[in-house]
Amino acid sequence: MSAAARPLEGGRRLSLSWIGAVPFFLYVGVFLLLPTAIIVGGSLLTPGGTLSLANFDGIDKPYMFKAFASSIAISSVSAVVGAFVGALLAYAVVTGKPDGILRRSVMSAAGVLAQFGGVTLTFAFIATIGTVGFVYVFLQQHGIDIYPNGHVWLYDLPGLTLIYMYFQIPLMVLVFAPALDGIRPQWREATDSLGGGTWHYWRYIAGPLLFPSFLGCTLLLFANAFSAYATASALLTQGGVILPLQIQALLTSETGSSQPGYAKALALAMIVIVLVVMALYTLLQRRTAHWLR
Amino acid sequence: MTTDGRATPRAGVEVRLENLTRKYATTTALDRLTLTLAPGELVALLGPSGCGKTTALRLLAGLEQADSGHVVIAGKDVTNVPANRRNIGMVFQAYSLFPHMSARQNVEFGMQLQHVGAAERRERAREVLDLVGLGPHMDKFAHQLSGGQQQRVALARALAIKPKVLLLDEPLSALDAKVRARLRDEIRRVQLEVGITTLFVTHDQEEALAIADRVGVMQSGHLEQLGPPTEIYSRPATPFVAEFVGLTNRIKGDVRGGAVTVRGTRIPLVDPDVTDGPATALVRPEAVSLASNGEMEDGPLVGTVIAVAFLGAMSRVTVDLGDTIVLAQMATSAASDTPAGTKVRLALRPDPVLIQREEPAATAP
Repeated sequence: MSAAARPLEGGRRLSLSWIGAVPFFLYVGVFLLLPTAIIVGGSLLTPGGTLSLANFDGIDKPYMFKAFASSIAISSVSAVVGAFVGALLAYAVVTGKPDGILRRSVMSAAGVLAQFGGVTLTFAFIATIGTVGFVYVFLQQHGIDIYPNGHVWLYDLPGLTLIYMYFQIPLMVLVFAPALDGIRPQWREATDSLGGGTWHYWRYIAGPLLFPSFLGCTLLLFANAFSAYATASALLTQGGVILPLQIQALLTSETGSSQPGYAKALALAMIVIVLVVMALYTLLQRRTAHWLR
Repeated sequence: MTTDGRATPRAGVEVRLENLTRKYATTTALDRLTLTLAPGELVALLGPSGCGKTTALRLLAGLEQADSGHVVIAGKDVTNVPANRRNIGMVFQAYSLFPHMSARQNVEFGMQLQHVGAAERRERAREVLDLVGLGPHMDKFAHQLSGGQQQRVALARALAIKPKVLLLDEPLSALDAKVRARLRDEIRRVQLEVGITTLFVTHDQEEALAIADRVGVMQSGHLEQLGPPTEIYSRPATPFVAEFVGLTNRIKGDVRGGAVTVRGTRIPLVDPDVTDGPATALVRPEAVSLASNGEMEDGPLVGTVIAVAFLGAMSRVTVDLGDTIVLAQMATSAASDTPAGTKVRLALRPDPVLIQREEPAATAP
């Protein structure tokens, strides 16, 4: 008899195997569900405690609209570029030896780098290509100025996009490699034996098989960038450029004009966007699950 | 069938593999393999893993390039022709159907690449799917089909392009025994109906013997023997073939005058031109039977039954003769009287056997 089961009347057993998942559910409850509930509640309640949509009134203000647009733009660009570069890297890794050193080292590095972010990542970029960074100084000494006309784009949205790429590409490698692994060599050989070439294989077989997964992974990257906060907060001194920084500004106003209800309304809008994106991601992954297992 | 066991020529083409050699780093996977398939013939390449049978098939398909030698199909040297221009249909071991396409779309795909019109494609797909008995399932996807049905779709897909040659790379190995036997017969039926020259690669001797016009037994990149199934089984050319195809008892004996004396029984040799002396005779279990009479006193063929394996109509009896273990295969009705522990006397049928000589022991330096 299993240690995690005890007999009941009639010979049925009550499975206790779910106990192992308790820490996970506790973690999810405390750090995901509870904050979400606080955000939902806080966005729908006035300071007086009455139910209202008043907190959502400011969402259509031009500066807020601009923050939404910037967040979506930066997330889209970093997701699309990260997806393409990451997919190519994943393909190079997957087509190598399954237990080769290239695959093992790239996948390990991707596992670490996909989680890299915040102050440390920002500092890494500032120390290399910042205005006193050693790479910038080296390039400048050799006549190459990456900041023409004095425009230091590193501390602006293009710079943030570049830094996001640092964790977006490894994340794509991690999430897209399993789909590439699911592509069977027999499909290529079957295409050959049926009279097809490389173009036919990618056009009719590998492309359609991988596309839903690629699109799903791109959406995941979008959600990843859209919800990123620490890196942008460490890099950008100008508040409110993107949505997470707007929420930060509304929560921690130094002039005493904080608007927690408004901040939570914005956070709820972000949650809705991420939920939609993740739902699409799940649908796409499910579509290809039985193709590429 | 012709007298040499080859199938009567049908609509297929002749295929010749001439001195094909393929090496992987320091390993020689195929060593000067020469094999000719008559038009419409089904040849099975049989051998253990790593013997080179799949390499031979892949070289014929064009999926790999030979280091030397030639592949000739219908009189044309195609050694340097890429796989997609050889017009060869291929059925893979498993999971080769395109999973995002229905059975019909899988079958139509090759014709689409050949620029066959949509209406004709659809019609031919229906025909070949009917041929393999899957007409009613043509709109199902791979994950909605059983393993046997998937392999039948793969066969239909390979045949739909009207290939010159059909290659089957262990197509039944991923299926359970019952489906395997049924599909094996179905493949043979379809192959005979279409009349296509076919190379079938397998490690399953029963499969090879049941389906092929001729069987080629391979070992270490060499073709050990090529012949009709009955010849491969009853007159193996080498000890490897004797031991790989079917079960074999290895019993010590003494060769004298073109026959070997094994535990008091004189048995003729497959190859009588061997020198006299001690040797190991390779005796099939079905050539070993229970003696119907005689005393059960000690003798060279008297022993104790240690196991009886029920195989259906036949049973395999394992007998301990004291200094060696012998397998005997007989009707289950006969074996049922000899449970484990019974003392029995065996008899050896004088079917010609192969012998194997012990390698001389290396002398110490």
